[in-house]
Amino acid sequence: MTRMTFARAINSGLRKSLENDPKVILMGEDIGVLGGVFRVTDGLQKDFGTHRVVDTPLAESAIIGTAVGLAYRGYRPVVEIQFDGFIYPAFDQIVSQVAKMHYRTQGAVKMPITIRVPFGGGIGSPEHHSESPEAYFTHTSGLRVVTVSNPQDAYTVIQQAILSDDPVLYFEPKRRYHDKGDVDETIDVRTALPMGAARVLTEGTDVTLVAYGPLVRTARDAATAAADEGISIEVIDLRSLAPVDYATVEASVRKTGRLVVTHEAGQSGGLGAEVAASITERCFYHLEAAPVRVTGFDVPYPYSKVEMHHLPSLDRILDGVDRALGRPNSLSGLEG
Amino acid sequence: MSTDETGQGGTRAGAPAGSAGTQGASGRNLIQLITPEGERISHPEFDPWVKDIGDEQLCSLYEDLTAVRRIDVEATALQRQGELGLWPPLLGQEAAQVGSARSLRQDDFIFSSYRENGVAYCRGVDLTDILRVWRGNGSSGWDPYSVNMATPQIIIGAQTLHATGYAMGIQNDGADSVAVTYFGDGATSEGDVNEAMVFAASFQVPLVFFCSNNHWAISEPVRLQSHVQLADRAAGFGIPSLRVDGNDVLAVMAATRLAVDRARHGGGPTFIEAVTYRMGPHTTADDPTRYRDANELEDWAAKDPIDRVKALLDRKGLLTGQFQQHVKDKADAVARELRAGCIAMPEPEPLDVFKNVYSAPNSWLDRQQDHYARYLASFGDPAGATSQEGAR
Ligand SMILES: Cc1ncc(C[n+]2csc(CCOP(=O)(O)OP(=O)(O)O)c2C)c(N)n1
Repeated sequence: MTRMTFARAINSGLRKSLENDPKVILMGEDIGVLGGVFRVTDGLQKDFGTHRVVDTPLAESAIIGTAVGLAYRGYRPVVEIQFDGFIYPAFDQIVSQVAKMHYRTQGAVKMPITIRVPFGGGIGSPEHHSESPEAYFTHTSGLRVVTVSNPQDAYTVIQQAILSDDPVLYFEPKRRYHDKGDVDETIDVRTALPMGAARVLTEGTDVTLVAYGPLVRTARDAATAAADEGISIEVIDLRSLAPVDYATVEASVRKTGRLVVTHEAGQSGGLGAEVAASITERCFYHLEAAPVRVTGFDVPYPYSKVEMHHLPSLDRILDGVDRALGRPNSLSGLEG
Repeated sequence: MSTDETGQGGTRAGAPAGSAGTQGASGRNLIQLITPEGERISHPEFDPWVKDIGDEQLCSLYEDLTAVRRIDVEATALQRQGELGLWPPLLGQEAAQVGSARSLRQDDFIFSSYRENGVAYCRGVDLTDILRVWRGNGSSGWDPYSVNMATPQIIIGAQTLHATGYAMGIQNDGADSVAVTYFGDGATSEGDVNEAMVFAASFQVPLVFFCSNNHWAISEPVRLQSHVQLADRAAGFGIPSLRVDGNDVLAVMAATRLAVDRARHGGGPTFIEAVTYRMGPHTTADDPTRYRDANELEDWAAKDPIDRVKALLDRKGLLTGQFQQHVKDKADAVARELRAGCIAMPEPEPLDVFKNVYSAPNSWLDRQQDHYARYLASFGDPAGATSQEGAR
């Protein structure tokens, strides 16, 4: 076990992948000499050379589009999009090309591309630097979408993503980059919990709380706070956003009878809606209350002085838990 | 005469880190009217464009250059003191910004990136408004129509398309104003900028592409973006181009005036590459010592855009104690106003989060706003509800 930051854990996972497979190639803006604006790729160009760790021109569509060509040629590109809000110039290449190539060629062409995206808010940045665009991609068939919430997973899942023959969007919760945790670097990533699986983080009996990425820590803290009030919350770290491991969520909701889903992205058309609907379909007769969503608002990501109002906080999550439990809450007395 | 030879026969990608290097050369000389030593040199083609710039105007340019630098230094200090979340310094790029901005009419319209705060100053943007976004107090600093300058763009290159469309509008309207778009050397790699050039050339719109080649896109040297001099790219789109010493305020003026004049009189777009240098970090969050050589910085310090105007004024005997005092007082006043305005900015209200998403009521959002207001009210003290750590 080594104690390291989240960012360092991803770096270590990337290093392992570069060592293990000469076809792995990293590309992105500022990832070489600078080591990325978050230093996630720090030192990798120095150790693996400019052909394995490539500083690209400032062109996101080209970064993804050339990764498609490299994948055609048998490479396993790992590309960095510098910030969430800069993925849109590459959107067409991702949803029209990366996602569909395997289907289009009837399985002949594989797209083992990993797209690393620092995402989410809470770091006081200007616009385009704090977005949660995951739903655009979970809505696109052919893509796998994952996110991680702790250094060990960060280390393991990045390697699993690179090993995957499917394209993977790997969302990194940037406000957790400096969080530290123990990482077992000797772990066998092929036998570790697969990236497609959700994980029950804390067991509970009263309500199931589903979170992912940056909000997992907040959700766990909420569970701890609720325990003081005698409420038992089962926290699930979703990990994979597409496909969702519904078996794990379903088993939990069958036990607790109540579901709260939280994410930073806006509510409408978000992943919370998808989870709530799917669980309602699967567990309707086990549900004691309507699923509750605690999410960002349907607004463009706000400027930093008010972003904390947009981001689900521990208290806002607990208020949602109260709603699911029918306890007094901020909406008590309202119809629905 | 000392001509800046930047851009001659450099290496491209693969050259050692730590030097911005240069692109493969067409050998085009920079347009220059004032040498780094402050000597006014003649240039038969471009002198006529600035023949009206007499002593008084030169002094006033110097005053603006100094004020703009002072704004930049003060904002950087404000960021270091925790008053601003972030700041993108323009240190070293004052002449490119002031020289071009002062070549425009107030009814010309500008679409810029985040770094053109000196341009904003010349347009008459309120000093507090320049800082609003960087303090995190608003989504934008000013009303674009009040100064005919769009709010700064962060998505690299996106504004070049907006400028092209605006220029198409000008053309349709039969007006004689022009649009100007500012962007960096890195931006020239983006699809948007290339598509903007296609449209601008196809429709021959009244537009000036003003590329501030400050040699770096965060850690990436300009040679990584282009194998040829940036100005040479324009030819492939059928757009004439100029390559100007971006640290020479007079030369920048001359080039911009020529381009604006061409656009105003139906001559279509022009691409200007202003060769300058980013003396500071990319933003206050950046550490340039990781990727760039200190020697390079020194070389460029010798070409400082303000020092050379000062030297020219000195040669002309215009640098009197009284004038210097006046310039200093002006810069001091600007800095004081900037700081005071920054600190006095009112804190936004929680429910401001919901403002201006749509121009008409929206039932989804109204419901979310109502629920959030109830949530805040449930705490009695609204501030109690806002911490990530929780209050109960
Ligand atoms: C589409 C997009 N990709 C990436 C970024 C991140 N980013 C911000 S500034 C910058 C470098 C821009 O360089 P350049 O165009 O030369 O302008 P300069 O900052 O030097 O003025 C990058 C990569 C961004 N803002 N937008």
